Amino acid sequence: MRRLIVLPWKKSIEIAYKSIRARFFRSLITTLTLVLAVSFLAFSQVSIDIADNMLATGDPSLCQMLMRCGYDILPGDTSLAASPKQRWIITLSLLVCVVGIINAQLMSVTERFREIGTMKCLGALDRFIVRIFVMEAAMQGFAGALVGAVVGAISAFLAALLRFGPDTINLLPWQAIFLSTLIALVTGISLSLLGVLYPAIMAARMQPVEAMRVEQ
Amino acid sequence: MSEKLIVRVTGVTKDFDLGKIVVKVLKGIDLEIETGKYISIMGPSGSGKSTLFNMIGGLDKPTKGKVFIDEVDIAQLDAYELAWLRCRKIGYIFQTFNLIPVMTALENVTLPMTFAGMPSETAVSRGMKLLSQVGLEGRHAHKPAELSGGQQQRVAVARALANSPSIILADEPTGNLDLSTGEEIIALLKQLSQEQGTTVISATHDFKMLNVSDQVIWIRDGRVDKIQERTELEIHTGGMSS
Ligand SMILES: Nc1ncnc2c1ncn2[C@@H]1O[C@H](COP(=O)(O)OP(=O)(O)OP(=O)(O)O)[C@@H](O)[C@H]1O
Ligand SMILES: [Mg+2]
Repeated sequence: MRRLIVLPWKKSIEIAYKSIRARFFRSLITTLTLVLAVSFLAFSQVSIDIADNMLATGDPSLCQMLMRCGYDILPGDTSLAASPKQRWIITLSLLVCVVGIINAQLMSVTERFREIGTMKCLGALDRFIVRIFVMEAAMQGFAGALVGAVVGAISAFLAALLRFGPDTINLLPWQAIFLSTLIALVTGISLSLLGVLYPAIMAARMQPVEAMRVEQ
Repeated sequence: MSEKLIVRVTGVTKDFDLGKIVVKVLKGIDLEIETGKYISIMGPSGSGKSTLFNMIGGLDKPTKGKVFIDEVDIAQLDAYELAWLRCRKIGYIFQTFNLIPVMTALENVTLPMTFAGMPSETAVSRGMKLLSQVGLEGRHAHKPAELSGGQQQRVAVARALANSPSIILADEPTGNLDLSTGEEIIALLKQLSQEQGTTVISATHDFKMLNVSDQVIWIRDGRVDKIQERTELEIHTGGMSS
């Protein structure tokens, strides 16, 4: 006898998608924290890319402009990096974001105790449960991080336009900007997955009886 | 014994350790259940029916004793085999229906078939057939919230039947239903057990169940109080009604 239990990927994506839709408003708020954190990250990185590129031209007037705008440039510097303070703020915002995601996902798990227990009674393996939660987080993460990264990059571009004038358009380091946006996107997705890990494992470990006993 | 046993429970006890006190819920249960029978487990509230139900269904582990399904000790099964047992061998029906709220009636019914590896089209056509079998034609696209309690329980019955299990375990399937809806569900379960030879084990304190049961197991205070066969019952209930 073949003792096979399966959950095709297509089906798990379908279930995850339905669960997100069913709790759309809350999913939206969870995603929003991610959008904010990622856009902040993208904004900072892209701003640095733009300033960096201006500095690299070696044009003294651009250098003056950067210093007027608050960049600390020492004579001889050829590239800019995020200041320790800036890095600290970025890290903190990402950390707050992960904690927020963990909180939201724990709530979602608690709310779905009975659903999870029922699935286990129907034969779901622990890893199906983990997979459904991870798929949900991946979808939310991708959507949120994409919006965040694009919004962040565009605001950095607009900010540069305002501060340094229309000439900056000719100086935009497209490749670096693209790379920073991509990094922000990947970071956002990873944060979302990181946030769901513990709640998903907790959900999967749950015994079906425990899940059944919870009053609705 | 001439008839084949499908469930055998030997010396099962269950304690719940609540830290300060240990609650002894089951105090040594021995049962033998034959294939194809309609069994009711009766007893007052708190006597341990649901606890026993969970043991038989492999949803919880006994503190002591063994549960055999088809002569396999379910404590010896690994996670895969246990999932397989829950998926293919046993169909569960709960008092609170326990449908997945985000899925339609049809999706609820086809989920166990998906787990069992059935191709999607086959599952859908079988799901539709099961839904019409429980009297829910044309309701397949409805979410549980859009169905009445009785209709939800019918979906749950159809879902329990998805992989043609040999055992249907029902914990107070009529507990949240009104009288006539409850009777319909009972009739449905009885019909299944007769037509398909499915063993139905149902925990209940609904006396309507007695009329259809082949055997009634009375539980009192964590022990089997008495086991009545259908023949004894008819005399008994006849005596009550006259
Ligand atoms: N997880 C648990 N922890 C502690 N005690 C429990 C637990 N589960 C059940 N019990 C206790 O076990 C006893 C029997 O519970 P059970 O649910 O099996 O009763 P029942 O016969 O199904 O009752 P009812 O007819 O009301 O459903 C109860 O006294 C209950 O408090
Ligand atoms: Mg009970």
